[in-house]
Amino acid sequence: MTASSEVKTARQSPSDWFRNRLSNIAPFLTLLFLVVFFSFASSSFVSFGNLQNILQQVSITGIIAVGLTFVILTAEIDLSVASVANATGIVVAFFTLQDESVNIANVPLAGGIAIILALGTCLALGGITAFGVTKIGIPSFIMTLAMLQICDGISAMLVRGQIAYNVPSLVGILGADSIFGIPWLVLVAALALFIGHVVLTYTRFGRYVYMVGGNREAAEYSGVNVKLIIAAVLMISAFCSGLAGMLGVAYFGSAQQNEFGTYLLDAIAAVVVGGTSLFGGRGGIGNTIIGLFVLGVLNNGLDHVNIDSFLKILIRGLILLAALIINIYAERLRVSRSVSH
Amino acid sequence: MSEAAIRLKMSHISKSFGGVEALRGVDFTLRRGEIHALVGENGAGKSTLMKIIAGVHSGFDGDMLLDGKPVHFRSAREALAHGIGMVHQELSVVPQLTVAENVYLGVQPVTGFGAVDWASMARGAREQLKKLGLELDPRITLGELPIGIQQLVELSRVLFSGASIIILDEPTSALSPPEIERLFRSLRKLRDAGNSIIFISHFLEDVLTIADQITIFRNGRKVVTHAVSPEIDKAWIIQRMIGKGHEELESSYLGDVALASPKDAKTVLEAQGLSKAGSFEDVSLTVRSGEILGIYGFMGCGQIELARALFGKMKYDKGSVRVDGVARRLSNTAHAAGAGIAYVPESRRSMLFHHEPIYKNTSIAILDRLSKLWLKPDAERAIAAKHIERLSIKTPGTEALLGNLSGGNQQKVGVAKWLTFLPKVLILSEPTRGMDVGAKEDVVKIVRNLRDQGVGILVISTEPETVLSLADRIMVMRKGIVSQEFANETISKDRLLAAA
Repeated sequence: MTASSEVKTARQSPSDWFRNRLSNIAPFLTLLFLVVFFSFASSSFVSFGNLQNILQQVSITGIIAVGLTFVILTAEIDLSVASVANATGIVVAFFTLQDESVNIANVPLAGGIAIILALGTCLALGGITAFGVTKIGIPSFIMTLAMLQICDGISAMLVRGQIAYNVPSLVGILGADSIFGIPWLVLVAALALFIGHVVLTYTRFGRYVYMVGGNREAAEYSGVNVKLIIAAVLMISAFCSGLAGMLGVAYFGSAQQNEFGTYLLDAIAAVVVGGTSLFGGRGGIGNTIIGLFVLGVLNNGLDHVNIDSFLKILIRGLILLAALIINIYAERLRVSRSVSH
Repeated sequence: MSEAAIRLKMSHISKSFGGVEALRGVDFTLRRGEIHALVGENGAGKSTLMKIIAGVHSGFDGDMLLDGKPVHFRSAREALAHGIGMVHQELSVVPQLTVAENVYLGVQPVTGFGAVDWASMARGAREQLKKLGLELDPRITLGELPIGIQQLVELSRVLFSGASIIILDEPTSALSPPEIERLFRSLRKLRDAGNSIIFISHFLEDVLTIADQITIFRNGRKVVTHAVSPEIDKAWIIQRMIGKGHEELESSYLGDVALASPKDAKTVLEAQGLSKAGSFEDVSLTVRSGEILGIYGFMGCGQIELARALFGKMKYDKGSVRVDGVARRLSNTAHAAGAGIAYVPESRRSMLFHHEPIYKNTSIAILDRLSKLWLKPDAERAIAAKHIERLSIKTPGTEALLGNLSGGNQQKVGVAKWLTFLPKVLILSEPTRGMDVGAKEDVVKIVRNLRDQGVGILVISTEPETVLSLADRIMVMRKGIVSQEFANETISKDRLLAAA
């Protein structure tokens, strides 16, 4: 084709190329550093079994982080992810037949219907968030904070302090079983990340997500339906959270209140440590995957070295802070370079 | 006039921004007790030189002597400490604060206990504003007042700050004739008291009325400094300002422009009784295919809000819009774009993606036509390459980040994004703001070319030259209403200004 052969591509020196990729490279170097460090610090860290452990440990966070990546790329935030996950997990258990010992006024239905009701619940919750943010104009930070409370409330109302154990068999398989030695949960997370990546990179919708985050006003002046895009990413986030919530209940083996407590901060940390900008427009699923591994290796590795378990929490925070500082400087270097050009 | 003492002497001043030379070896002298006007096209370098004097730009080449002593200000605060105050083109008032607080911004008087002295602040503000002919309660929130009054409040802050060198960048752009007259009276008083005033303006009538000296800039160089005398008139200034070979532009500055619009072309945009509380009221307009309608008015007369409403960026309270004969509810920009309306906003920041490559900038508005689901990056790059060639955009290629382009080339990218599939209606808000003569002519050519291809075009500007050089028909807005319409007649800048 003659048209495409005429297209000029920008000539970039290797140092420019490196600088432009620095915000992607920095998190990767952090990961490499952690892996090397824990390999030397602990004899039990490097093993196939432990790799499997790490993968399994980050899978639920990973599914949540896919949706959150969409939201953060548009420069919005979703603080309700873990609570939506919890509520959806409890809904699916609520509609499943439980043992007689479980004292919950539940409504047993066929497994397929329970799953559909649960997914419908998380989409409805996402829809309410989207309505509040785009139609009423509530900042997403506040709206999703309210949604966090609402979802916690739904969870509390449904289980009333009890614990449910049974979930539909499909959910049970995907959450807790393995195929050829690989947990289904890991495969679902990988699939979710893959689909997220394809949508963000190769579809028109994905481009709009980046452009809305890059410059919302310019996107609006280009005729992009910014509110529709933001509503869509909030719905996607709620759907991912709901999926993670159902599988999580199977993975944990129980459905109860406050079961996903740590997942909100973990998911945000995974997205941001990976190098996706909280100001929107930069980053992606590739970054989120790196961020997930940084988090997974850190959490897992600290269990393999012999330090005070109370100190571990502090160390974890400090390492995350260091990773964020490196990201900011990498980004600043890139921006100053492109501006002074 | 006897030669007064030299206050400020600048020699061989050069300054560049990211490879673009804004000033090249400029000399400039300011004497005690003179009003010195600076004129030149946008981008000619006058504001840059003033910002160097006022300490806003601290990095530059060349020497600067204040009262014979070399100085080099690192900040506006430092310049102010040396008695140099500047009023910038963009209003820098705080609309949430009261009039008095704005007049005393940064220099609030305090009582013996260290508390803000509200009483003396109100008294002082009232007196200062009275000198500019403003009788108003200094406790009113500034944002509630019209833009012209806000400009006067900002002027008073610097005029009466005790600065002995006062720089005014486009001080009259939002003022009415009587307000301008009162401002000039104050300026003359300040000059006669021995202060020096630098006056930057596009309004050559104002320059000839108030200035003692005039310095003309073109493309970052000084053309000439001359005392204002009877043999200097607008034609003399304009010739030196824009150089030779721009007769078409020159006529829009100087002579009468004949307006002619196509009679029987079909109407592509029709608005009936559009109103938006506080912005514009009962505006009706039509734009035909192959016609350029210019809307002229002072800053804050509601014309930008009107343009935004016509693109769905702002909701209107009342009225109806038909595009190509079909009634449309323009509830968001996507609807407007879908109806065939394109919009180029006044600031580059609000239309472009600086961290993205050029090809993504030129494709964003037409992605829905290029692809349903999957992106087609090769097609996007081919389109970008075509625009780069047709509009002679200076860039290494389609992958170059937009932020690495110069301002004029960025502006071309902003227009290019609507050119792949021609819109029915193109709305341009301040299309030539901040451009030099060459870039302005490019824009005029592009816009006329689009008109000749049948696009209905709406040009909105606060610069009379822009409207005169482009429009086939002109509407003038004043305080939110259409005050006059000119069609099929010859019109001069004076008549246009008089209607605003």
